[in-house]
Amino acid sequence: MGKRKIVAHILLLSLISAGLLSPTALAQQPRPENPSETLIRNATVLTITHGTLLNTDVLLRKGKIAAIGRDLTAPANARVIDATGKYLMPGIVDCHSHSMLDTVNEGTLAVTSMVRTRDVLDPTDVDLYRELAGGVTTLNLLHGSANPIGGLNTVVKIKYGRPIEEFLFPGAMPGIKFALGENVKRSSNPNLPGVTRRYPYTRMGVEEVIRDSFTRARDYKKSWDEYNAAVKRGEKNLLPPRRDLQLEPLVEVLEGKRYVHAHSYRADEIMMLINIANEFGFKVKTFQHVLEGYKVAKEIAQHGAGGSTFADSWAYKIEAYDAIPYNTAIMARAGIVTSVNSDSDERARRLNLEAAKAMRYGDLSEEEALKLITINPAIQLGIQERVGSIEVGKDADLAIWNGHPFSVYARVSTTFIDGDIFFDREKDLAARAELTKERAQLEQAEPNRPSAGGRPPQAPRGRRPSHDDDDVEQGERP
Amino acid sequence: MKSMDTETRRVGGAVKSMTLEKRNCGSAAQCGKAMALAFVVLLLFLVTSFAQQIGTLTTQQGAMPARGTYAIRNARIVTLTGPDIENGTVVIRDGKIDAVGVSINVPAGAQTIEGRGLTVYPGMMDAATSLGLVEVGQGANGTVDTSETGELNPNAKAIIAVNQHSAHVAVTRVDGITHAVTLPLGGLISGQAAIINLVGTTPMEMAVVPYAALVINYPRLGGRRGDFGPEQPAQDITAALAADERQLDQIRKLLRDAEAYGRAQDAYAKDSTLPRPDRNIVLESLVPYVRGERPVIMRADREAELRGAIKFAEEMKLKPILLGGDDAWKITGLLKEKNVPVILTGILSLPLREDDAYDTLYENAAKLQQAGVRFCISTGDAGAEVRSLPFYAGMAAAFGLPKDEALKAVTLYPAQIMNVADRLGSIEKGKTANLVVTDGDLLEVRTHVRYLFIDGRRVPLTSRHTELNDAFKNRK
Repeated sequence: MGKRKIVAHILLLSLISAGLLSPTALAQQPRPENPSETLIRNATVLTITHGTLLNTDVLLRKGKIAAIGRDLTAPANARVIDATGKYLMPGIVDCHSHSMLDTVNEGTLAVTSMVRTRDVLDPTDVDLYRELAGGVTTLNLLHGSANPIGGLNTVVKIKYGRPIEEFLFPGAMPGIKFALGENVKRSSNPNLPGVTRRYPYTRMGVEEVIRDSFTRARDYKKSWDEYNAAVKRGEKNLLPPRRDLQLEPLVEVLEGKRYVHAHSYRADEIMMLINIANEFGFKVKTFQHVLEGYKVAKEIAQHGAGGSTFADSWAYKIEAYDAIPYNTAIMARAGIVTSVNSDSDERARRLNLEAAKAMRYGDLSEEEALKLITINPAIQLGIQERVGSIEVGKDADLAIWNGHPFSVYARVSTTFIDGDIFFDREKDLAARAELTKERAQLEQAEPNRPSAGGRPPQAPRGRRPSHDDDDVEQGERP
Repeated sequence: MKSMDTETRRVGGAVKSMTLEKRNCGSAAQCGKAMALAFVVLLLFLVTSFAQQIGTLTTQQGAMPARGTYAIRNARIVTLTGPDIENGTVVIRDGKIDAVGVSINVPAGAQTIEGRGLTVYPGMMDAATSLGLVEVGQGANGTVDTSETGELNPNAKAIIAVNQHSAHVAVTRVDGITHAVTLPLGGLISGQAAIINLVGTTPMEMAVVPYAALVINYPRLGGRRGDFGPEQPAQDITAALAADERQLDQIRKLLRDAEAYGRAQDAYAKDSTLPRPDRNIVLESLVPYVRGERPVIMRADREAELRGAIKFAEEMKLKPILLGGDDAWKITGLLKEKNVPVILTGILSLPLREDDAYDTLYENAAKLQQAGVRFCISTGDAGAEVRSLPFYAGMAAAFGLPKDEALKAVTLYPAQIMNVADRLGSIEKGKTANLVVTDGDLLEVRTHVRYLFIDGRRVPLTSRHTELNDAFKNRK
């Protein structure tokens, strides 16, 4: 990532020195035109919570959905989009992503609740744009799965092109990544002689690490509770407990102020975490991947956890060998709030089709299948009052599709976040000739020309790295 | 772990616990309880085995269903090589399509399938998988047979290692993929690919063409990045190009040796007074390929690799098929001029470069089709996700490829490119009866496969996944 940035800077400098751009011109680049009101006319509206509305207008005002109905009117300066023959659906919420993270895993310790994904966000990651082009507007950016208790998550709106502060989803529930099974055990690491393996090495150890952490967190909370009570009583000369950044997030979990998103595969480990959570009195908000959720759907539903799963990935490792594409439908029918996630920059671009797979495998209704990528993941992130359905007063995070989003032949025309356009296919197509020209100019720019006698340029690397925590791909591909 | 039959396993377990219960019952009451339980278990066992007899012959063990005579009537038939038939009949007999048309006589004794509201398609073919060669990729080396050690393995044959009982086989076919190319992956010359039907009890029962193509990994600048391998250290471009050239020379030398070997053997066959050349099974395996009698699949994605592969094939007089082809859209003119076909595997990959348009690979196929380049669409997946083939084609159709072309890109075109279009790829009298009957558009996600025929055999729509689903979906 660092190198790519340096190259970009060199290119930029070269452009400036070549007189093609002036620094002030760069600073003054106009934002895409985004009027405060947009009227989307005559669409088929997939509201998610109130069925499908035909030939319906939706008015967006100041970032919110202001009106839904027929023959709505907009002021003269509003943007009007004719969506005749097109579908309007809420922006897709991806409940498991590692996009825009410069690094995904802090893997040196078994408990890394002191680290935050918020500190490693790269708003220029081009895959964000590609996800917008797939109708995705919200991401749950999770720490990797290297530790039983991992780092803190960040929920973002994909405001690609805007400063990082504008990405942060206001009011989203804070969360933390837990992980169970092979990744935590570091099963794919070679067992080298003379090298001490990181504890834990078995599922027994994973349970013990989590139990130990919450035992310490409970004591820590007690220290603070006692201290705060003493302060309240007006006692003087008190010494506050030492702050512990590792245990603070776990105290928040115990207090119900932070959601646990737990990477899991097998039924036994799912049950293990449910039992620990019950014992310590907290809820697991979502089991992520939860590939064998279908075996213990009853227990997950009883605990009140959500399930956020792959549509159909399986067999990429032993613990994923019992994964079945019917998992989604079985969990949903058991009353679990279920979502389908990507865990991959690539797959995130077609979550619409991933959700449709629950109709192919397991015959979920269209209504239920649409929820898998909209209102259900929104509930799982505590943002269901803001996004996940098309209702008056909700955020104007929407996408217009040129066909039913569950059709393999459909694609996104326009994606809105807070009423502003962040992807528009027509504009994208129109800009291509200019971009090709710009690329040619950059290639001709002095620093990019092979120079005689100098150090030869580096050979290109393979495909640029994309973010894929769970390594779903087989090792090699034909 | 391979080919577990959950249903059987579950029932087997229950029967075992029943006998234990009987032996241990102390009091009469306990015994009565045990008897009641035993009865329930027995009933369950009977119901299950009965159900298996009528509906779900166990598919995971790879037992091959018999060929039969079938007539699918009143169905929409998408023949691909002729016009669609809105309401017609397909007759299947002795493994072949016996008749297809509007007014067809159903032969006596044929099992008829009512096709009202259904559509009959030719089975789909994925031209670049490693089906049967790998069961579980990560952390389960014992189930991986994709890559032989060393760089030059022309005599490593995929058909030898195909595990016909792999759970991937049934999982793939129940989604309408009836046959596939399975190919080795490693080194510079990986080995020989096979075309297989996705049914059979032995590898040769599966084989459509056991030795269908040679697979060469055209050298890639900077090496090939395995998904888990450490990132290669940066090389300067001159050194990287030289390394590629050395690799190419390794391949060149072996192919030339094979050419010479073939000539020597031929000469000796004609004139036994010549010194007898020793036999060499490695070189011998290459002879049909260096003579252009069989195709050579060359893996290449970037423009420079694609151009290099075409040039190399020309130099060595090979019959090339390009595999991968992410940058094929950049060289459509050359591909058309040289009539080189491309198996596109990257439709659903992220674009190669950061500044590529977001839909570069989605619309790759459309650009080849518009330019008249021969192509087909593949998942390029090792096995587990080959079932998603229709969605790769569908995505290409969402981005400019006409729908009928998208359908051909996973049926007729791969058959043509792999030289089996005389047998497969469309619904025509005399072709192998690899057919899929669906309740909707074959490429749509929401469509269900209703009947499946491979090699004229009616294949049950069960797999490891349906069996696990059946075992757990009603757990209370």
